[in-house]
Amino acid sequence: MLEIIYQFISQNLLLPLTSFLVPLDYQPQAMTVLQTIIKILAILIPVLLTVAYFTYAERKVIGFIQGRIGPNRVGFFGFSLWGLGQPIADAVKLIVKEIVIPTGSNRTLFIMAPVLSLAPSLAAWAVLPFDDTKVLANINAGLLYVLALTSLAVYGVIIAGWASNSKYAFLGALRSAAQIVAYEIAMGFALVGVVVASGSLNLGEIVNSQSGSIIHWFWLPLFPLFVIYFISGLAETNRAPFDVAEGESEIVAGFHVEYGGMAFSVFFMAEYANMILIAVLSAIMFCGGWLSPFEGIPGLEGLFTWVPPMFWLLAKTSFFMFLFLWFRATFPRYRYDQIMRLGWKVFIPITIFWLVVVSALVVTDTPPWFN
Amino acid sequence: MTAITNYIQSLFLWELLKGLRLTGRYMFKRKITVQYPEEKTPQSHRFRGLHALRRYPNGEERCIACKLCEAVCPAVAITIESEQRDDGSRRTTRYDIDLTKCIFCGFCEESCPVDSIVETRIFEYHGEKRGDLLMTKPRLLEIGDMVEKQIAEDRAKDALYR
Repeated sequence: MLEIIYQFISQNLLLPLTSFLVPLDYQPQAMTVLQTIIKILAILIPVLLTVAYFTYAERKVIGFIQGRIGPNRVGFFGFSLWGLGQPIADAVKLIVKEIVIPTGSNRTLFIMAPVLSLAPSLAAWAVLPFDDTKVLANINAGLLYVLALTSLAVYGVIIAGWASNSKYAFLGALRSAAQIVAYEIAMGFALVGVVVASGSLNLGEIVNSQSGSIIHWFWLPLFPLFVIYFISGLAETNRAPFDVAEGESEIVAGFHVEYGGMAFSVFFMAEYANMILIAVLSAIMFCGGWLSPFEGIPGLEGLFTWVPPMFWLLAKTSFFMFLFLWFRATFPRYRYDQIMRLGWKVFIPITIFWLVVVSALVVTDTPPWFN
Repeated sequence: MTAITNYIQSLFLWELLKGLRLTGRYMFKRKITVQYPEEKTPQSHRFRGLHALRRYPNGEERCIACKLCEAVCPAVAITIESEQRDDGSRRTTRYDIDLTKCIFCGFCEESCPVDSIVETRIFEYHGEKRGDLLMTKPRLLEIGDMVEKQIAEDRAKDALYR
């Protein structure tokens, strides 16, 4: 389906465009550039739409958990449609609002910070494999690239807090910085576990090395790392219960107190894009990415062969995205010293210990995973 | 021993999973949201909403300008001026309630010896310009005439407890 649309656009839109506008010698290069742009759009537009509707899902899910029904008024053309128009209305409101730049702030950095936090979380999608063949950049250091970009996102938060010239924003930035340092290490170690288990840094190969059945996926042999990765992901994205950088009850809104309008909404989008990214990465690295959960089960395997592999990735991602919301609705915010204790004194020792266990499993070729 | 069990419990996130189970169950419970303009919660007959001045069935206004309400009002929202009418009875020439000051405590209603000033069940009102929320005597009487039936019913219901 997607391939057909892509081929259609390539043949009927890009080819005439390049042959008409570009000199003959450069046509192949121009074609590659245009095709890449189309692929980027094919990834980013759904991602941004998901970001918009993820905010709606969050309000709905948290509402349901709290015995409310969540937004259900804003719809299209006079139909309320369970409030599905809400994200659009919110977006329009935020776009129209004025961006106030505080007098004492560093203007350049103040404007740059939201972009700095959104761009990495979108750029990381380049290396994510949607199925065996559908990947924008099939690079061998994919995992390293993802790790680098997810760590980069915190610079947006730090710069925002610093450039705002406001004490609350600065406190938020400091908290976020210390928190990221602590959890980045645990996260890195969890990923090292994945690398040891799969023997590759290429995300596609990581998924392929999990094939077999649902128990071949890495969540089972790497269970502690899987849990720690996801919890560190929560901390990394500044989500509840680790949202001390925002901490609206303590430091107003943390790093983005001074932001309004579109600048604020870019931060907002960055947070949700990061959550989606962490969800996809958890699915890819620990839950077999696009692999079907019915693989290897004699009766069911055949029944589900018609399902496109990408569906399984999206289903797993949605599950992890739901977990983010469920956790937010359930857990109160951690105290700051507890966050530090959890990161440094619990997660890092456990990950190091489990790294040894995984290495031992790999060296001894333990079935069913590493033979 | 308890220390060890506690340690293992916290390591396996036992309490957190219990919390998740609880919230997970709430997700499927019946929702208690009242969809306000379409649905409304029931009101008590003692509801304290917008004020009104009542009349006797013969059309004579009840208020005798005793100024008890003005004296008891904790928010000093009531202003009364009075004079002697030609028939010798004392009546108000001015009876203002500033709704921006009023705290809807109901003391005026309770202090009134002739059940003249009452609080109705009306609560969906608004002011669009300055002065809209300053209730003058004619406006209060108008509201009283409008919802007299409801007011009388509510008084009758509450008479048992007075």
